[in-house]
Amino acid sequence: MLSEGSSFMKGMALGGIFCLLLSLLGSFTPGMQSSPEDQHHHHHIKAPTNDELQSLSEPQMVELSQKVRVYCVIMVQPKVLVYWATAKDTWGKHCDQAVFYSSESAKALEAVDLNEQDEWAKLHKALKHAYDNSGDLRWFFVARPTTFAIIENLKYLVLAKDPNEPFYIGHTVKSGELEYVEYESGIVLSYEALRRLVNVFKDGEKCPERGRSLWKLSEEKQLAICLKYTGVFAENGEDTQGKGLFNSKSVGSLIEDGMSKNSLDVVEGCCSDLAITFSGMSPNQMQVMMFGVYRLRPYGHNFHDSLIFLPPDGSDND
Amino acid sequence: MKGLSASRFCFYLGFVVGTLSLYLFLRQLWFERSMELPVLGGVQGSSVAAVAEERQASVERAALINLNVPHHTGEDSRVADELYRKVRILCWVMTGPSNLQTKARHVKATWSRHCNVVVFMSSVDDPDFPTVGLGTGEGRDQLYWKTIRAFHYALEHHGNEADWFLKADDDTFVVVDNLRWVLSNHTPEEPLYFGKRFKPYAKQGYMSGGAGYVLSKEALRRFVEGFKTKVCTHTTSVEDLALGQCLEKMGVLAMDSRDTWQRETFHPFVPEHHLTGKFSKSFWYWNYCYYPIVEGPQCCSDLAVSFHYVDAELMYTLEYWTYHLRAYGYRYRYRPPLPQGLVERLAQPEMATVGAAGRGTIPAGVIVVGGGDQSKMEAVSYKGAARESQIPMDNNRTAVTQERQQ
Repeated sequence: MLSEGSSFMKGMALGGIFCLLLSLLGSFTPGMQSSPEDQHHHHHIKAPTNDELQSLSEPQMVELSQKVRVYCVIMVQPKVLVYWATAKDTWGKHCDQAVFYSSESAKALEAVDLNEQDEWAKLHKALKHAYDNSGDLRWFFVARPTTFAIIENLKYLVLAKDPNEPFYIGHTVKSGELEYVEYESGIVLSYEALRRLVNVFKDGEKCPERGRSLWKLSEEKQLAICLKYTGVFAENGEDTQGKGLFNSKSVGSLIEDGMSKNSLDVVEGCCSDLAITFSGMSPNQMQVMMFGVYRLRPYGHNFHDSLIFLPPDGSDND
Repeated sequence: MKGLSASRFCFYLGFVVGTLSLYLFLRQLWFERSMELPVLGGVQGSSVAAVAEERQASVERAALINLNVPHHTGEDSRVADELYRKVRILCWVMTGPSNLQTKARHVKATWSRHCNVVVFMSSVDDPDFPTVGLGTGEGRDQLYWKTIRAFHYALEHHGNEADWFLKADDDTFVVVDNLRWVLSNHTPEEPLYFGKRFKPYAKQGYMSGGAGYVLSKEALRRFVEGFKTKVCTHTTSVEDLALGQCLEKMGVLAMDSRDTWQRETFHPFVPEHHLTGKFSKSFWYWNYCYYPIVEGPQCCSDLAVSFHYVDAELMYTLEYWTYHLRAYGYRYRYRPPLPQGLVERLAQPEMATVGAAGRGTIPAGVIVVGGGDQSKMEAVSYKGAARESQIPMDNNRTAVTQERQQ
């Protein structure tokens, strides 16, 4: 009995050493295995640095400034009219073109009536309409009016990117094998990504207009799946320091998080200086954001940005 | 088939068990290590900690240069730094022992870092925070006593370190850089005082305590002198009114702190209230304001100086909005001229065109993009000159009756 016991122990010890040796040699890692295919798709898209921008020539800058124009697809509902009106009166003014897409028509405000209640079908139709009516605009920003966007910072993020390449950007979330862009913090699509999407819409198998009732996926996931079929993958939008630019919470909420964590510097750890979106604010708070983003500043601090964006006509809250 | 002895079998079993258990152990270790999140904001952390640890014999903190607040990369703060040197402000914050951790702490972590000197005034000394003890009690009835003693303390201990003396509450948020701009065209040797001007009870009006007010050095001297000669005494605990009445007796002038578009800079409420709220006509505010109340976005200057009733979360939010969040490349609608004194000081070719009635110039090599619904775009470029600083420029603007871009 004893000899068997000791053999067992010897075996165990040897087995342990064997395993350790193997891991040290690196021929296998006991940690999480990420397949080579997955590593491909952990995409981060970073804003351009000052050096990158200054290395561009004059005509290159001019060309870029003409390409970076944004068509805003804002998905509204007459039920929540006040958000619709607020988006129109606040951040919507900074889009080169802001078009409101509604589930049903409303007398109070102008919108494209999709005549549709299903969320995915609405998005589907809106994106198709946007593609058909984009004119010479090459970037598309999709959001609900409960999101607040700073379009100038969006333009800065995609400044050096070619819209004839497929881009699908926002705050990315992983759900199993699927990486998708969170709807709440806004979705950015380049012209090429939208073109491919509209193409795959024609394929009722890969990308059905109506979610099959047994397999109801949220519209943000459905979008990611359709885009994936065309070879377009979600990318996380970040500033030059790696801070996320798309937020699904409000500034106040993020500050609150920082305060409860007792961080050393609540403001620094909150959000990026060039953040693009926030969400979860009341209409009044959005008006205050306009003041905070476009007006309030400390005198005597200047930035040498490579582009100047002029304020929109007929507006006094920015 | 060869028979396996029992011990042999145990050996193999042990080997397998050993391998498996170590594998699981290592996997867990790996997993835990990969879950550690990177620490953000490490750079800022060290500067804040260094400030917090400072403790001197005299319990307040003095900053030499405006480097306590780190500048952002790519930010040209020459004008702000010049104003920091030229317009020295001592900020004293009215607080009390029970408010240190709930309110004063957040003031300390945010806007007070931008003052040249900051002193937290309480009823008792607290060397850890640090606060200065004024030897009073706590409560509303002690407010004017605290104010009187705080100003006396400031002149006696820091008279040489500052030109202007700001009083604020521990729920006031102040944009000190903008206060410097308001004060930049005035001299501290004149008896002046600035703030949110109220009209009743005093001929020239008085400044709201909650929104913060500033005395020039001469005004402070006269205030202290007034108590020495008994021209001023402790009349009432309503500190802002009492102070205003004393200053009026001592010949100190109540000034107009509005910007060049007649918009208020000191605010007695939070931004949301001023920007989106409607003040009911029976509200006392209508009868108190010295200047006409404007509701909506034009209530408040872009270069706002203060807000009141600001809770902890809003303190950090305001600091973020003021000093961090911005719209890339956005050209502000309101671009007032450089203060006179600075034009000569920072003389450079581009800045010579600033402030005069000439058109604003755009720095060389910068592309201008038409905003919003404008489909046209201007690409403005100048050959040769390197990119220079983008000092706020004025466009054909005369002071008083200029119409605003509606």
